[in-house]
Amino acid sequence: MTFLAQEPTLADFGRDPWWLVLIKIVFAFAFGLLATLLGVWFERRVVGRMAVRPGPNQLGPFGLLQTLADGMKMAFKEDILPRSADKVVYFFAPVISVVCAVTALSVMPFGPMVSIFGHQTPLQVTDVSVAVLLVLACSSMAVYGVVLAGWASGSTYPLLGGLRSAAQLISYEIALGLSIVAVFMLSGTMSTSGIVAAQGERPQLEFFGFDVSAPGWYAILLFPSFVIFFIAIVGETNRAPFDLPEAESELVAGFMTEYSSLKFALIMLSEYVAMVTMSAFTVTLFLGGWRAPWPLSIWDGANAGWWPMLWFFGKVLLLVFVFVWLRGTLPRLRYDQFMRLGWKVLLPLNLVWILVLAGWLKTQGWERADRLILYGAIAGVVLVATLIWPSRRPAPKLTLAEEVNNRPSGSFPLPPLDLQVPPSPRTQRIVAEREPANLADTDSREV
Amino acid sequence: MTTQTVLAAAGSVPGGEAVTFWILAPLALIGAIGMVAARNAVHSALMLVMTMLCLGVFYVIQAGPFIGVVQIIVYTGAIMMLFLFVLMLVGRGASDSVIETLRGQRVAALVLGVGFAGLVGTGLHRALADSTAAGLTAANAEGNVQGIARLLFTKYVLAFELTSALLITAAVGAMVLAHIERRREDRMDQAATMKARFRPGNYPGPKPGPGVFATSSSVATPARLPDGRLAEQSTPEILPVRELTAEDTTLKGTEK
Repeated sequence: MTFLAQEPTLADFGRDPWWLVLIKIVFAFAFGLLATLLGVWFERRVVGRMAVRPGPNQLGPFGLLQTLADGMKMAFKEDILPRSADKVVYFFAPVISVVCAVTALSVMPFGPMVSIFGHQTPLQVTDVSVAVLLVLACSSMAVYGVVLAGWASGSTYPLLGGLRSAAQLISYEIALGLSIVAVFMLSGTMSTSGIVAAQGERPQLEFFGFDVSAPGWYAILLFPSFVIFFIAIVGETNRAPFDLPEAESELVAGFMTEYSSLKFALIMLSEYVAMVTMSAFTVTLFLGGWRAPWPLSIWDGANAGWWPMLWFFGKVLLLVFVFVWLRGTLPRLRYDQFMRLGWKVLLPLNLVWILVLAGWLKTQGWERADRLILYGAIAGVVLVATLIWPSRRPAPKLTLAEEVNNRPSGSFPLPPLDLQVPPSPRTQRIVAEREPANLADTDSREV
Repeated sequence: MTTQTVLAAAGSVPGGEAVTFWILAPLALIGAIGMVAARNAVHSALMLVMTMLCLGVFYVIQAGPFIGVVQIIVYTGAIMMLFLFVLMLVGRGASDSVIETLRGQRVAALVLGVGFAGLVGTGLHRALADSTAAGLTAANAEGNVQGIARLLFTKYVLAFELTSALLITAAVGAMVLAHIERRREDRMDQAATMKARFRPGNYPGPKPGPGVFATSSSVATPARLPDGRLAEQSTPEILPVRELTAEDTTLKGTEK
């Protein structure tokens, strides 16, 4: 059995007949819808397990049809339009959310080249040379869905939720974009299929004189980027512990408080599709895309034909599980903590990491001695800088007596520090009144 | 590259591109006009978003995918800021008033706007009229993104860095203006707070509610102290202390 060239390149896109394009689009859309139906069920079941309760288990096998029933109920509910709402914007906000979430699915590579009705075609709706930026554009447009929903509802809690979400998404999009930069630097391309192909190679790195065959997945090669990216997409999808725009203990339901019926269903849909899309995005960028993980990849056929779609779905499911796990485990962050994490931790870390990586990549072709001199010089500069960096001198440790003396006048009165608490007269009386059991050691027991 | 690039290089306009243009061009124009005409500032910002999205798609169909997508990313972020400024400065639901406060403002704005557009257009024309087009194939020879990156970081690196320095200066300036310095010495510790609370002339306990021991339950009616004096602290400062008239205190005939 032979395996043909499976890696799609950019030249393989845009050659499909119209019916094949239609099939792919419908498939991606159906995948989004189905992922929502199953995702809600999956989340409720898993969170239920984590809370030691069964979760929905009545309707259908394992309660699988529960979401469908909820969706039907939602569709038949009354659609309430608040009197102070801005009608047009109120209507369009959930639509924007859904459109953006689903559009991003179109550049996700589900698999390599396959044959559909005799056509060799990649398992991906389309790919462009800037596909990753397209996903970023979709997610930055999705902010409008949330903010406009909050604004158009015409009441206080939604407005607060919308404003929070604007600040949150703009801040975390910067961390998100910067962590992708490392991927671009290593893969040399911005197309999603190109990045998956780049992760198939095992780069030979020279590591302090040793030639090491590094694993191809960027989650391992670019571990800091991966961690920052995942934190950022949790913030970007408004999921716990970063679900501040809809914090139910503070804002009722945040930006969707006034929404009901089908519009609410659309918001729910966009939220779950965004979660799946972002998981697929992570898989594509960092977890090898549709490539089989290690023990499976020993089998030659694992990365050919339709099998990769299975690995892809498996990885996406794993990441969705992590999303649910986070929700079941972590408490919601306070708003200022959340902003501090984004701007003061993730952003500087990312910049330093990109700088280090760029330096590493740039010096790979150098002579070994030159490289070592450069690294040594940088390490020396950093060391000297840390040594002579002006730091606030820690306040001298005061003794207890000094601390007491330094207290401002008018402070709460303190008892003397060398106070010997005298034995309570009441204790003595009780002891005295009691009939001593053993006259020999009465005095040693006292007090 | 993609088929679009090849076709565009050949100089013909493919059908799909023409259809996209004729659908989106009116939308872009409607958005631009609506942005100026809309009375509500938020609607105006949204119209601008629509125009910018259409422009982004135009760039993409003209085989400039990078600039198209960046247009969408950058302008959505920028307009989102505009949106927030509207919310913060004007408030929700505020509409433009149609009254002209400055006399002749519109005419002046129109003249100046047209004049500025003319200046920019002439300047661009004089600067670029002599340059010959290299063509898409040459420009995208090493890939669209790589070509832009090469130009940006070699030929135009000074302009690029100057622009970013300008932007950073603006950002730092905004931060300096918005920042309120709180020095450590200004912070009151617990002991100082308590001393201020028990200072002579400051009543340390909770303030009496209005209407306590008073003849009426109105917020404006001050409470009475046990000796019959009015407790002025029981009413908000903005309300005048009001002695009730005899008419106010008479029974209304409701207590039967």
